[in-house]
Amino acid sequence: MNRRLLQWSAAAFLVAGVSAMPLRAQEHGAPAPASSPDTAGWPEPVDDSAVYSLVLLDVLEYQRLGNLNALRWDVTAWAGGDTSRIWLKSSGDLNFSSPLGGEVDLQILYGRLISPFFDLQAGARIEQHNERTGTPRRVFLALGLQGLAPGGFDVEPELFLSNKLKFSGRFTGSIDFFQTQRLVLQPRVETEFSFQRDEEFGVDPGINALEGGVRLRYELLRELAPYLGVGYRASLGGTRDRVLREGGNPSTFILAAGLRAWF
Amino acid sequence: MSNRCLKRGGLLRAAGVVASVVSVGLAAPARAALRAPLAGPAESSSGNSVDLSIDAQPLKFNDGGPVGKAIAVNGSIPGPVLRLREGEEAVIRVTNHLDEVTSIHWHGLLVPPGMDGVPGVSFAGIPPKSVFTYRFPVRQSGTYWAHSHSGGQELLGLYFPVIVEPAASEPFRYDRDYVVMLSEYSFESPERIMSRLKKQSSYYNYQRRTTGDLISDAGRTGLLDALGERLSWSKMRMDPTDLADVTGVTYTYLMNGSPPDANWTGLFHAGERVRLRFIDAGAMTLFDVRIPGLKMTVVQADGQNVKPVGIEEFRIGPGETYDVIVEPEDRAYTVFAETLDRSGYSRGTLAPREGMVAALPPRRPRAVRTMADMGMEMSGMKGMEGGDTTEPATKGKAADAMPGMGVPEEGAKKALLGPALPGGPSVKHGPDTHGPGNSSVAAVSRSRLDEPGAGLAKAGHKVLVYADLESTTPQPDQREPDREVELHITGNMDRYMWSFDGKKYSEARTPIPFRYGERLRLIFVNDTMMEHPIHLHGMWMELENGHGPTRPRKHTIVVKPAERVSVAITADAPGRWAMHCHLLLHMEMGMFRVVEVSPAKAAGP
Repeated sequence: MNRRLLQWSAAAFLVAGVSAMPLRAQEHGAPAPASSPDTAGWPEPVDDSAVYSLVLLDVLEYQRLGNLNALRWDVTAWAGGDTSRIWLKSSGDLNFSSPLGGEVDLQILYGRLISPFFDLQAGARIEQHNERTGTPRRVFLALGLQGLAPGGFDVEPELFLSNKLKFSGRFTGSIDFFQTQRLVLQPRVETEFSFQRDEEFGVDPGINALEGGVRLRYELLRELAPYLGVGYRASLGGTRDRVLREGGNPSTFILAAGLRAWF
Repeated sequence: MSNRCLKRGGLLRAAGVVASVVSVGLAAPARAALRAPLAGPAESSSGNSVDLSIDAQPLKFNDGGPVGKAIAVNGSIPGPVLRLREGEEAVIRVTNHLDEVTSIHWHGLLVPPGMDGVPGVSFAGIPPKSVFTYRFPVRQSGTYWAHSHSGGQELLGLYFPVIVEPAASEPFRYDRDYVVMLSEYSFESPERIMSRLKKQSSYYNYQRRTTGDLISDAGRTGLLDALGERLSWSKMRMDPTDLADVTGVTYTYLMNGSPPDANWTGLFHAGERVRLRFIDAGAMTLFDVRIPGLKMTVVQADGQNVKPVGIEEFRIGPGETYDVIVEPEDRAYTVFAETLDRSGYSRGTLAPREGMVAALPPRRPRAVRTMADMGMEMSGMKGMEGGDTTEPATKGKAADAMPGMGVPEEGAKKALLGPALPGGPSVKHGPDTHGPGNSSVAAVSRSRLDEPGAGLAKAGHKVLVYADLESTTPQPDQREPDREVELHITGNMDRYMWSFDGKKYSEARTPIPFRYGERLRLIFVNDTMMEHPIHLHGMWMELENGHGPTRPRKHTIVVKPAERVSVAITADAPGRWAMHCHLLLHMEMGMFRVVEVSPAKAAGP
């Protein structure tokens, strides 16, 4: 109980900390001088603080991994203004094995633009594994960056602290190469690492997993692009050994067909 | 008017209506055309007193084509040509039939602050279903225009030309005149366009560089150079094909309300001198205008007489006006207004007889931004470290003539930088990078008034540059500015944020104070890699372009990427005035300020 309290206090502290960061942009003007006309009830001359939102189904694909079929997704959504946004992220896969297996990952984050190209995000993450042996679940505090790195890479490094007080992290990166005005080649890497062992989730310290792939999409509209992809996923280090011991396949090629969409 | 249109086929056909407005004069005697103060048949010339009706109207360009929402003035887009007379009082009664607040701003006209028509700055706006009467003395002459200053209404068609007949004769002669009002229309709502840009700022750019371009560049310049050039852009996270935010992908470009196929036509008799009054009423589009086969003589800029300049092409930014005189022979000519990014064009015809068409000139490739547009230091430019907001980096040929030049001293009263003249010194950017709302700074900024701009340097013919503009008469106030205000034009294209000094309007509501009667220099530094047409309400900006006492005055000034532009202003108009980028989506995103001139009674010397 105490531990849970500690976790949520830490979460609150983290979110409050991010939201209280000095925001140069928040300096509102002094009241108009007395010489001005009575402006009460006048509208704003411009509406520069409107709220916008985005839902991006960056990955939504059917995968063939060896002789396994899976549905995989990676969805990001935000709502808010120029500097402050609420983010929802979900990723995971559903293996069409029997019984159905897979992972679901959900995050809710508060993000603030801290530099022209980067949001600092903090919030909570929940992860659930669906395995033969059960459905273990972890919750985390999450702290991450999301933005555009020099070179044009979309990067998303994240750090997590689980409810068992174990640290782990994840890095996702991708880049778009335009082949034509609508045909886009997108290399993408994702890696997961851990600082501590977590038996239940089969992770050992170090880099646990590495996935790299290339997707070629055709933008029928900017918002709607079917794609084909190839990739390679590997478990590494102690995690790899564990997978081998359990008779699993530590590395596999991936063929994928999917749809990238946003609205 | 709207009822009439609705009956006639159910929809307003903007192009047709507009043509009728302008075509009233096609067959009529010279100059009679645009004299009719209003197009509506119910209207008759009533001096400077007119009625305007603002209505929502559906719009389509051709049968079977898409139907969009539009806002018309007296039933047409653009609205009717409003003719005023210098020295008289204008009384304009505006009836708002919309369900939302509207407004009309008299772009370039010096009017009392309460009549300037900016909701939230000059007045509360015109509420729905109500009437507002604008009343102001007409103190100037020339070609101007008017438009809504409320939300996205301008993008939907709420604009019209304003022509002020001079009290005295003009220093040039012509037999016939036409308004050529350039604009654009999208069947997507302004809100939708803004929302798409917020989600993906490159949404409308279908001219990005591809792998194929890399291969062909590598063939031309060598693989290492081509890769190196790309690497430097990607390091900065900038796109050199970022020429326009909203493009021909969604826009239909209009000339007097006519899409290119409808071919707006102005008739003339061979041998006549024809005055063309170009107005860029586009919300987001800079146009490059030429009339192949015809030399143009620029006689007015922003309604102000300038010494005649012979040119073959000019770039016009949103808000600007140029009056040119042409002397066509007995043949048809295409009036061609290509967008800066070359994604589309607006087009019309000058012809001695109805129905004639001239060839369209071949389309030209779009430009790419250069390192100079990014304000990168060129070889030979030596910068100095430290300092306040900016400091001179090099001494150009004009530097010796400027006693104010010098390195500002910390804590000491900052020396005036002086005018930013063509060929003048480059100025190094200070340490303030303007926060997360600004994604780059011009490491060095300098005057580019003698450059025609992106894509026009190798046009192969004479293109107007700002340095060409010279007033026919000396400006009335020849005092040296005794104060300088420097404003940086900033933005974050990736997030579609636009601002001054990194702050959008809602973060900087405090007006920029001007002392009544003072003479000051406003310096614009463009830290972005796009052109921004900056418009000041209420007062002229005298463009310091090297012509001394006959510097031209403008109401809208296009500031090029990494450019430093200075203007001299006499603060002679007490009250609150808007100043903003006239790319109207940039304005809406916050590239907007209020300037407040102190009351006359509290005036210092």
